[in-house]
Order: sequence, then structure tokens, then C-alpha cells
Amino acid sequence: MVAPVTSLARSGLGDWVVQRLTAVLLAGYVLFMVAWLFAHAPLDYDQWRDLFAHTWMRVFSLLALLSLCAHAWIGLWTLSGDYLNERALGRKALLVRFLFQMFCGAALFGYGVWGIQILWEL
Amino acid sequence: MDVQVSVYRYNPERDDVPRMQDMTVAVPDGKDLMVLDVLERLKAQDPTLTYRRSCREGVCGSDGMNIGGTNGLACVTPLSEALKKGRLVLRPLPGLPVIRDLVVDMSLFYRQYEKVRPWLINDTAPPAQERLQSPEEREQLDGLYECILCACCSTSCPSFWWNPDRFVGPAGLLQAYRFLADSRDTAASERLSALQDPFSVFRCRGIMNCVNVCPKGLNPTRAIGHIRTMLLRRGI
Amino acid sequence: MSGMRTLTFDAIVVGGGGAGLRAALQLTESGVKTACISKVFPTRSHTVSAQGGITCAIASDDPQDDWRWHMYDTVKGSDYIGDQDAIEYMCSVGPRAVYELDHMGLPFSRTREGRIYQRPFGGQSKNYGEGGQAARTCAAADRTGHALLHTLYQANLKSQTVFLNEWYAVDLVTNARQQVTGVLALCIETGEVVYIKARATVLATGGAGRIYASTTNALINTGDGVGMSLRAGFMAQDMEMWQFHPTGIYGAGVLVTEGCRGEGGYLVNGEGERFMDRYAPNARDLASRDVVSRSMILEILEGRGAGPNKDHVLLKLDHLGEETLTKRLPGICELSKTFAHVDPAREPVPVVPTCHYMMGGIPTSVEGQALMQDDAGQQIGVDGLYACGEAACVSVHGANRLGGNSLLDLVVFGRAVGLHIRDRLAEESESLAASDTDIEAAMARLNRLEATESGESVADLRHELQNVMQLSFGVFREEKAMLEGLEKLRSLKERIAHVHLEDKSRAFNTARIEALELDNLFEVAFATAFSALERKESRGAHARNDYPDRDDENWLKHSLYFPKQQRVGKRDVNFSPEKVASFPPKMRSY
Repeated sequence: MVAPVTSLARSGLGDWVVQRLTAVLLAGYVLFMVAWLFAHAPLDYDQWRDLFAHTWMRVFSLLALLSLCAHAWIGLWTLSGDYLNERALGRKALLVRFLFQMFCGAALFGYGVWGIQILWEL
Repeated sequence: MDVQVSVYRYNPERDDVPRMQDMTVAVPDGKDLMVLDVLERLKAQDPTLTYRRSCREGVCGSDGMNIGGTNGLACVTPLSEALKKGRLVLRPLPGLPVIRDLVVDMSLFYRQYEKVRPWLINDTAPPAQERLQSPEEREQLDGLYECILCACCSTSCPSFWWNPDRFVGPAGLLQAYRFLADSRDTAASERLSALQDPFSVFRCRGIMNCVNVCPKGLNPTRAIGHIRTMLLRRGI
Repeated sequence: MSGMRTLTFDAIVVGGGGAGLRAALQLTESGVKTACISKVFPTRSHTVSAQGGITCAIASDDPQDDWRWHMYDTVKGSDYIGDQDAIEYMCSVGPRAVYELDHMGLPFSRTREGRIYQRPFGGQSKNYGEGGQAARTCAAADRTGHALLHTLYQANLKSQTVFLNEWYAVDLVTNARQQVTGVLALCIETGEVVYIKARATVLATGGAGRIYASTTNALINTGDGVGMSLRAGFMAQDMEMWQFHPTGIYGAGVLVTEGCRGEGGYLVNGEGERFMDRYAPNARDLASRDVVSRSMILEILEGRGAGPNKDHVLLKLDHLGEETLTKRLPGICELSKTFAHVDPAREPVPVVPTCHYMMGGIPTSVEGQALMQDDAGQQIGVDGLYACGEAACVSVHGANRLGGNSLLDLVVFGRAVGLHIRDRLAEESESLAASDTDIEAAMARLNRLEATESGESVADLRHELQNVMQLSFGVFREEKAMLEGLEKLRSLKERIAHVHLEDKSRAFNTARIEALELDNLFEVAFATAFSALERKESRGAHARNDYPDRDDENWLKHSLYFPKQQRVGKRDVNFSPEKVASFPPKMRSY
């Protein structure tokens, strides 16, 4: 039995809404980046630096990063409930699923911290 | 004309593992039998062949099975449509435990149906006559109440295969919406609360396998979409 | 005997169709510890196939409508051998029972006023036959049976009735005092045999249309309740009365509802003539079913059938327009396309009279208690045994049932038997007891099958039985053919007693179930043959070429078949309703 204790919003509706909102935000970020890159081709390092010197760009990027983490967490959590459950793996499912979720959580946390370091040049 | 049939066989008292058995059956020329007619002929040859059947006209939902790779009712699937490369391949509905041959244990499926409290709830005292309902309100139930609980949809749904204990599945959700949509029902809020966890409704990925196989032409995916909208309206 | 489990309930209902579910619901809601045993998951029962509707004077279509008019139609439809006290009860309680269904959630079609939609059906009139065609059949499109059965199952889930699904009742357990103490039942999934003990056993096992080769009935309609009751030595009533529905799809046997004609469809012969005008100038295509079926057969016999073999007639619906068809008759369109390869919006549907309903059955009181005769020939109740629905013969249908009255019968008498048992159990605390020998006696058939080593197959014998019934006991009957038929049945009796059960495995052994069902089919067929030979007149569905007229002097009676003596007796018809004057027999014309 897979319980929703470790789900992000602990509610299917919450998860569902978060996943859709983050998807919209990520799509916006990607579109912006692609458009910006085209507009500034050929790109040099100074232009790239200037862009990220703006606070709004750092905030936008941070939002995109957090969205990515939330989106990925919901997706991977769902995946673990589908494929790493008792039906598929038997009694060891709980342990495997827990380890998988821990690994995903740690990785996403790591990427998050790393992203913040990069953005604010810490 | 002879037809080659390959049937899934498993008798828990004799077989350790299931197997496919090849059988041959004579069918009349110039008449398109239904798959159930073929099964009846096979059973006359081999009485140990086991399947469920009742109405033989597609309304009782007994003989849902996997016919040539697609879930359907044997009694309303013509042999001509079911033959793939001249062979008829019959397997039990996927994803549920097999009891014997083409008979599956449907307890999990029924449990999900019961979970949505598939009955009218109305706390007000009933009038001396019927509760009035306009034809437009009644129309909301079309495409929902006709479900025959054959399980073709739920057993074609990967989300139900992975989590048959937690995901209500297309059949159950269609019924959940049937009562949410009934103007005579007053328990919408409780019904929605019971469905908002991450599993009951939200494991639906909208791949529409259920719509493809429904022998009654119903659309569970649409009903699930309506439930999601109702949840969202209430939640925001 | 040793090691057999016993399950104990206050009441058990055998059968999970409309009648069984309504009875179980009433009992559970009354606090009676009840189990419902069904050989199929309840929503697979044959009630699910009922299409047109449930006839009842709820005064939606016509605010003046009166249950007494419905009662008059039903008495007339029964060709005057329906019991008038029972018909009065059904027609007067009916509206309440139908409103209850709405309150349970049945998705009835609606009128502009928001009330339940009613459509015209055969044999319906206003003002005791004087006011023209009535529209009295409450409908949920053309899926009323489906909607009703699912609603009742859902109501039982809500009330937490105990279900023993996919359990097969093998035989009644009776003690030396001819009291019924429960049933012996087989769990189909595991093969376990269990004694289910109860203070009240309700047989709601439905009909037995499968005794005929061509029938609208489901494959499961094998008359198990009537078979069990006959084997236990109890009598059966009016077993010669079999309804042939005018519109079974030619070649497939699948039913298309009388509602097709109610909505304005009509029958034409091979020459395109609307022939019902000649047989029933007033009601035309909405004459009673027996009348329409006979007219169709006469058309075919006189060479005016349709198709290359001139062996069917046509049901014309295309003039109704696609919109009416999809709104009012969506299921019919689906069935016609699947089984007749015909789109009713474009072409007529080929149809032929097809065995549809058993008017006879286990005789019961209005409360549903099964009846037997004492030594003096008086009717007395069988302790512990009740019946309702098609398995019972209350009798509200007499010699011919009106369309839409079967669903009403189910809910009214399912409800009535529940109410009655509740009261009875509250009055009496004594539990009926059976000895080990009694239980062992009910094991006889299972033991016999277990011991078979050779013999004929179930499928072959069943096929032969169905053909005998089809040829000798069809729409038109006569002594010579029936005597030949009876002879064939006698030889079949011996052969069926030695049928070979090849597969003796336990888990989900449907071969064993089919062998057990064959016995029941035979019991019903045998009772039909005896009763049909004995009734030397034509009445309702029983039409004899050698006795073409109704004989009220000798046969304004129920027939009773006594299985032990293989003898047919008579029983008086009730002409004493409580609230209205009785309807005396009249010439019956439509």
C-alpha cells in the first residue's frame, strides 16, 4: 500500500495543481531563454553575465529552478508509487521505494542549493 | 469453415503455470458468429473450458475478456472482427488474478466501485411522489448510468494495473461522476472530499484506453475530467 | 455430511435479480439478518435485459390515470385467470414501489414537468377499456431493467446486505414435516458445498426460457427455483403458460422492446402490409402480446412472411426519425445493428415471436408464501418457503402477461415478501430444523454427478430438450404433437438422469453447474408438457388448434402440476379484490 505521506501537497488535487503551474512557469522560462538567445546571437560572455546580473532574472531563474524541483519530485514520487510498489516488488517494495525517494529528494535538494550558489555567485 | 483458436488455459488444481492451448472449431459458412458462440462451441468439445456468460446480448457484462489483444465482450464481438491473421486469441482480462481459464477474480474491481459509494444520497425527506428532475438535468446522466461493470475499461488501464488497490479506475470513477452529476444527490461535497487524495482520481493520465475499449461506447476519461474540474472549483 | 459448513441466517434470498434484490433490501432494512445468494454477480441477472419499462399508474402522462384502470387491463390481459386480489395489490401498491425506486436513484427518463416519463405499451387502456390507449409504462430510455437492477444492487450495497455472489443453490433442504429449512449451496469459485440454514427461504430465481431453443432469455435462465421446488415435491401452477414475445430479433433471439411499437413503430408482413389492422382493429400493434404473436405466426404460416424463406416479419421504425430513436430507443438501435445488421433509422428490423416469459411458477399467497395442498385438497402455506418474481405465480399474469408488468411484479412482490417475512419472524421464534439425513438428501444430485463415469453430454441433452419444447409446445399447440413431445421428454428423463460429468474439478467448474441446471430445465419442461396437455382450451398464451375456444365452464382455473404423482389438478382463480368490484370474464378482444 502506497500512502501519500511523502507526496508534495499530500493531496492529489494539490499535487496536480502544483504540477500544472510549475509546468507553465517552466515553459515560460524555456521560451524566454530561447527567444533571448536568438535575439542575442552570436552570444558572448558579457551579454550572458549582464542578463544574470539583473535581480529579476535571478528571481525568475530561481522560480524556474524551484518549479523544476517540485515538478520532478511529484513526477518521481508518482513513478515510485506506480513501479516500486508491493504489486511489482513484493515485500521489499517499502524499503526500495523509501531509498529511491530519499535519493531523489537528496539529489533535488542538492541541485537546488547548487543552483542558488550559481545564481547569487556564492 | 474451421477456425483456429488459441485460448488461455489455467486450472489451479492441475496447472502450475498458465498456458495457451490451440483448438479448432467448425463455424458455419456465410454467418458471422459472435466470439461467445465460438466459445460455446468450444465448450461443447471440451467442457472444462471455463468462462463467464449470461445475457449474450452485451448488457450484463459477464463475458469481458481480452480478444485478440483488445478487451471486449465476447457476445457482441463478431468473429470476423476478432480474427487476427486468421486466428482467434482469447485471454482473460489483464491485471486481475486469474481464477481459472478466462475467469478473473474481480474483487478488487468491485471494491473500487463500492468505494465511490455508488448510491443516491439525499438527506431531505423524500416527497410522496418522485423527486422532480428536468429532462436537461436527467440528460446529465446519459453516458454514465449505462455502465455494465464488465471491467473492460479498468483492466485496460495501466494506472489500474499498477495500483488497483488505490486508484478507483475508470469504471468506478464513471459511477462516482454519475452520482455527482445527479440533481437528486446532495452529497457532492463529501463525495469530492473522498476523491481528492493522490491516488483515487489523480492516477488517471488521460491515455483513454478506457474509451477505446468500452463496449457501451461510454467515455470515462471525460467523466474523470469533470470530477477534476469539480475538485478544482471547490479547492480554489 | 461430516465437515460440511453451516451458515445461518434469518432469511436467505436465492437469486440476485430484481425480485431477489428488492426482497433482500426490504429484509435488510427491516433488520432481518439476510443473505442473498446469486449464481452470477447480481448485476448480471436477467432483469438487466428488460428494456421498455415498468407499468404503473403514477398519473404522469395522464393526470387522471387510475390504478383501477391498470388493474382492469391486467385482468383482461391475463385472460381472466390472474388472481384479482393479487392484481389489485400490485396495481394499488405499485406507485409507491415505483416512487421508492426513484428515491433510490433510478435514472428514469423525464417529462417537461420533471416527472417520470411514461410510454404506451400493449394492452393498456384508459377508463376500463373505454378511453383509448393509455401511456402507463415508466421508462429509463429503453434500458429500464438495467437501470432498475443496478439501482437495487446499489441500494443493497448501501444497506449492507450480505451477498454470496457466484454461489449456486443446488437444492432445498426439507424436513420430514415438509418444512423448508434452507438450501444446499455450492460456492462456484472454490467448489465448497455449504448448508445455508434459514428460517425463511425466498426463491427469486427468475424464469426458465432456456427450455426453448429460441428465447429472449439469458443463458442463466434455467428455472433453478422452480426445479428445486418441484424436486422437493411442491406443486407448480400454470406451467403451460409461456409468453412468446412478438419481437425477438430473427435468427438471434435477442429482444427488441414492445416500447418500439409504443413509440409508434409497427409490424409489416412480407408484402409490406400493416397486418395487425386485420387482427386487432382497435389496439393494432399494441394488442396484447399473445394476440400479436399469434397473428405474426399466422401471417408466416399463410405465406406472407418476409425474407427469402418467408419465415419472419418486419418491425418498421424508420418513420420515427433518428432523433426519437436515439433518445427513446438507443439500446434497440445498438442491438439491431449488432445482431440483425440493420440500422432501424433506415431499414425495418426482422423479428419473430420468441419465448420470453414464464407466467407460471411456484404458487404463492399475495404475501409471497409458497403454497401446497393438504390431504383434503386445501391450499396451505409451506413453512419456510417463499417465492417472488418470475419464479413465483402469485398469480398476477394469469395466462398472459402485459408488457411492463414484470418489473412491477418484481418490485411489488419482492417488497411484499420482505415485509411479510419480517412480521412472521417477529411473531415466531421457532427455528425449523433439519436432520443430517435431510441434508444428505439434498446432496443426492451432487453425489450422482460425482460418481458418473460415462453417459451423454450436457450440451447434447440440453439441445435435444430445447428442440422438443420448441417443436411441440410452441405458440400453437395440439394434442398429437404434445403427446409425441411428452414421449420424447420421458425418454430424455432417463438419459438426463445418467448425464456424464467429465470434469470433476472443484474450482469454478461451470460444467458441473450446467449439469445441475439441466435437471432444472427438465423439471420445468416436464411440468409444462403435462400442464399444456391437460388444459383443453385456448386461453392467453396457451393456444390449441384442437381446442380453439376459451372454456370458462371448465377452465376458468389455474392448473396445478403435482410432481410426485405427475398429475395435473385445478385451483380456483381469485375473484375477490378488496377495494373494487371484481371484473367478471368477458370476451377478450383488442
